[in-house]
Amino acid sequence: MTIAWYLAISAIVFSLGAAGVIVRRNPLVVLLCLELMLNGANLSLIAFSRMWGNGDGQILALVVMTVAACEVCIGLGMIVAIYRRQLPVDVDELRDLQG
Amino acid sequence: MSQLFFFLAGIGAIAGAVGVVVLRDPFFAVLALVGHLLSLALLFLLLRSEFVAAVQVVVYAGAVMVLYVFVVAYVGGRDEGDRVVALGERMRGRGPTGASLRAIAGLLAAALLIELLIALLGTGLKAIDTQGAPYAPGPRTFGTPAYIGQLFLTRFLLVFEVASFLLLIAAVGGVVLARRRHGLEEDTEGRPVLTPLDLPRPAGTGTMVEGVGGGAYAARERRAEQQAPLAGAGRPSS
Repeated sequence: MTIAWYLAISAIVFSLGAAGVIVRRNPLVVLLCLELMLNGANLSLIAFSRMWGNGDGQILALVVMTVAACEVCIGLGMIVAIYRRQLPVDVDELRDLQG
Repeated sequence: MSQLFFFLAGIGAIAGAVGVVVLRDPFFAVLALVGHLLSLALLFLLLRSEFVAAVQVVVYAGAVMVLYVFVVAYVGGRDEGDRVVALGERMRGRGPTGASLRAIAGLLAAALLIELLIALLGTGLKAIDTQGAPYAPGPRTFGTPAYIGQLFLTRFLLVFEVASFLLLIAAVGGVVLARRRHGLEEDTEGRPVLTPLDLPRPAGTGTMVEGVGGGAYAARERRAEQQAPLAGAGRPSS
C-alpha cells in the first residue's frame, strides 16, 4: 500500500476525534477523543518516517505518546477531583471559568 | 497479503474511532478506543515500525487504558442521553438547539477532514505514491529497538531527558490533584475551628503527608479516638 492510504486514514481519525471533542459533554469521553486526535497525528508521523526511511518521525511519535500519558494522568486526576467535590461531571455544567 | 492486513487494520481503526465518538456509555467508548489502538499498532507494523507498535500495545492499550477503565468505574459512566432534551429545551429560547449545534459540529469536522486531505494528499511530494524508502531486514535496521535506542541516546538525548522530567511532573501532579482532602476541623456545632497554631496553614487542608494518612492532623485525630473511642464515631469519615 502506498503512503497516501495511511495519510488518508490518519486524516479521517483526526477529524473524527475533533468532532468528538466538540460534540461530547462527558469530560472522560472528551479526553478519549483527544487521544484519537493524538493517534491520528502519530499515524501520519510514522507514515512520513517510513516515507523518508528516517527515524526522526518515530522518535517524535514516542514523545507524543509520552505527552499523551502525562495529559491522561493530569486529566483523570482533575476528573476525580471534580467528582470528589460532587460537581457535575459535564463540560456544559462546568462553565464557571467562562468569561 | 499486506493489502489485506492494511484494509483490516484501517477499517478497525476507523470503526473504533467512530465507536468512541458515537457510543453513549463511556465504558464502551474506552473499549472501542482499545480496539482502535490495537488496529493502529497493526498499521504501525505494516509501516515497519516494530518498536513503536510494541510501545503502542504495551503502554497505550495496556497501561493508559487500564487507568481509563478504573476512572470510569470510579466516577460511574453517566448516560448523556436523557440530558439531550434538557439542553435543547434550555437553549430553545435563545439561539440554536442541541441538535442543530450537533449538525454544525459535524459540518466543522467534515470541513477539517477535507482540508486535511487536501493538505496531506495534495502536496507535491512524489514519494507519497510510493511504498516508502527501500527497506532491508536486519538486526539494527529501521524501526528496531536497537535503532530507536541509538537515536534516543545520541541525537535525541535532550528530548529523552525532557520527556522523563515531564513524566515525573505529571505523576506528582496526578497525586496532588486526586489526593484525599480533609476539611477544617469542626466544633460541636459544625463550624470550622482555627487555632493560632493553624494560621500558617490550616491543618487538614491538604499536604501529601496528610493525603496518605500521616501528619499532625491525623495524629491528633488518632489521639482523640484513643482517648474517647465512642465520641469519635460522630465524625464523618471522608
